[in-house]
Amino acid sequence: MSDSGKPARQIYDPVADTPSCYVREGEGVHPPLDSPQYKSTALRHPKQPLVFLPQNLTELTGPALGALAPVGELDNDLTRQHEGEPIGERIIVAGRVFDTEGKPLRNTLVEIWQANACGRYRHRWDRFPAPLDPNFSGAGRAVTDEHGRYRFVTVKPGPYPWGNHYNAWRPAHIHFSLLGRAFAQRLVTQMYFPGDPLFRYDPIFNSIPDEAARDRLISRFSIHDTQPDWALAYEFDIYLRGPGATPFEEAL
Amino acid sequence: MTFPLTPAQTVGPYFAIGLPWPEGPHAVAPGTPGAITISGTVFDGAGEPIPDFLLETWQADPDGRFADLHGHGGPSALQGFRGFARVGYEDGDGSFELLTVKPGSIALASGAAAAPHIDVSLFARGLLHRCVTRFYFADEEAANAADPVLATVAAERRESLIAKVVQGGYTIDIRVQGPGETVFFAL
Repeated sequence: MSDSGKPARQIYDPVADTPSCYVREGEGVHPPLDSPQYKSTALRHPKQPLVFLPQNLTELTGPALGALAPVGELDNDLTRQHEGEPIGERIIVAGRVFDTEGKPLRNTLVEIWQANACGRYRHRWDRFPAPLDPNFSGAGRAVTDEHGRYRFVTVKPGPYPWGNHYNAWRPAHIHFSLLGRAFAQRLVTQMYFPGDPLFRYDPIFNSIPDEAARDRLISRFSIHDTQPDWALAYEFDIYLRGPGATPFEEAL
Repeated sequence: MTFPLTPAQTVGPYFAIGLPWPEGPHAVAPGTPGAITISGTVFDGAGEPIPDFLLETWQADPDGRFADLHGHGGPSALQGFRGFARVGYEDGDGSFELLTVKPGSIALASGAAAAPHIDVSLFARGLLHRCVTRFYFADEEAANAADPVLATVAAERRESLIAKVVQGGYTIDIRVQGPGETVFFAL
């Protein structure tokens, strides 16, 4: 018990901590769906204004996907999913999943996918003439522990060209998919690496209007998590929205 | 103390190497009594099918219970009820089909009832953040007429949220942009 007499909780209690509503996303953090510099948005963004959706049970609950599609022992180690080791710079990517109140989200699924060390995806529509690696699929899954932690071992993905504009290259990145604990918390994003010279040229990275928000997608090199004689480590913490005050219009 | 949100980025064209799995489109186990299919096509602003979309759905069971982490309403009486489906293809043609059951209505805090609905997230290359929409059901006319969310949608646009009855289930298309544009929600 804390001094106030309330139990001090560090982690989500699955029932008691179901919020009555989550903070609304508002504007300014996420990229606008109409981002002309990223050409594929042109025909793929809604033009009608979004309709306000009050949050009720369907939005406040979310799937236990880790239980639906159980995470295998090697799912978080992308370097051990084949007979041999993939070519490339072995790295550790680790971090924690929090809500915006700073509470760790335990037992939530983190899924990643990425190009190989040469910048090539194992996908039939990736036509970049760089080699595929027979020892690298490029997909991983992990469930956060009681402190919200996840950890992957992989190889550093390469940058790769794409057709958005002349001489367009994506900065090296790993795709992240987060289920959170509620439909309202669902997030798909990309993690970048510090110091990438391609940041200033990339319309997807720069679609996020706020520089501080963009920087939150850049992982930090961690000497602390780096394993001697084995692999460099990058740290990437993720913040999904947390409980919000219930505004009048949420109450249907 | 509050912390700033992590911003979204597009799912890109290559999510199929990581996100879909074979049973993903099944929100219920095959053979579940009352199982239905919901099918449709996702179109872009030029009226062309979007082959590289990822669609996720989340819903209650016929009794209004969720198969969620929080245990709302107690466990579903339906064996194998997941309430979640994920559909996306490496080599898609713009269409989707998922297997589920029609959800029940849900009691709201006010005592009113929400019409049976499924929450939907749409992701795609060219979508920098998910688009959220809902599927309602054409054969729930009375419930739809009383639904407080549908009531906030302009009458001429409501149809885009309502799945039509077909053999074995329902069908509903998603039009991301242009004539008949689907209603998307701010959540």
